[in-house]
Amino acid sequence: MRIGVTVFPGSNCDRDALYAIERAGAEPVELWHADATLKGVDAVVVPGGFSYGDYLRPGAIARFSKVMGPLEEFAKGGGPVLGVCNGFQVLTEAHLLPGALLRNTGMRFVCRRVPTRVETTQTPWTSLFEPGDELTLPIAHNEGNYFADPRTLDELEAEKRVVLRYLDNPNGSLNDIAGVCNAGRNVVGLMPHPERVSDATLGSDEGLGVFRSILSCAGAKV
Amino acid sequence: MKVRVLVRPKSGILDPQGEAVRRALPALGFEGVTTVHIGRLVEMEVESADEVEGMCRRLLANPTVEEYEWEVVS
Repeated sequence: MRIGVTVFPGSNCDRDALYAIERAGAEPVELWHADATLKGVDAVVVPGGFSYGDYLRPGAIARFSKVMGPLEEFAKGGGPVLGVCNGFQVLTEAHLLPGALLRNTGMRFVCRRVPTRVETTQTPWTSLFEPGDELTLPIAHNEGNYFADPRTLDELEAEKRVVLRYLDNPNGSLNDIAGVCNAGRNVVGLMPHPERVSDATLGSDEGLGVFRSILSCAGAKV
Repeated sequence: MKVRVLVRPKSGILDPQGEAVRRALPALGFEGVTTVHIGRLVEMEVESADEVEGMCRRLLANPTVEEYEWEVVS
């Protein structure tokens, strides 16, 4: 299986994502923002960072880069896409995921490991977990405060589209939301960084399950 | 011509930046400020105003959480 990682000017978790993908047993493929191709990959990760310096709004400029055209088509056709942190922000700006990520209520950049709970395993990126699994994952963001209007929020809860929830809300996110998926469940956005905890030598590999999940889904299809 | 676009958080959307400034003002002795909302001002030189609405909707504002208004200033 080949998994692409988009690289924008200002991405800074692309190498970590490529590493995590390789550790999970897939072939990582870099996807440059200025190339309008996904190089035939089977899944795409939009990594964290500060694409285009977070100018205007986080993700607002990256959303119009060349690679996003084929990526939007891929996502709409059911292709698995994972946005992490800034990648989550890019996917909401591109309307591939509902809602928006606002400034943290505490007005501070929050960088620490936080306890979270997996809420649904009905996505290609969480299929190997059990519902209710608790993961300690790193967050590092200034705009991670998830917002959606009340109707969208009700819809997300009713359809079990909240993928990950904080156990101790670090940023003011509505309903303690740390991650959501789209109606088709193939596009997932997470504020915490699973790729940063993908090697026990570096402290923890609790996040590796995200990348192993996508591999096991691919295996199931074959 | 010059166009001025004002983008701000929709009413009811938490504005932590505005709230932080509201709390900072009394510390400097400015009393009686009950609310502060902080938005963004975008000034553009354009050949025509025809496309400004689209620019606001698609890029300058995020309609999920922000509202905008714009005017031709000169």
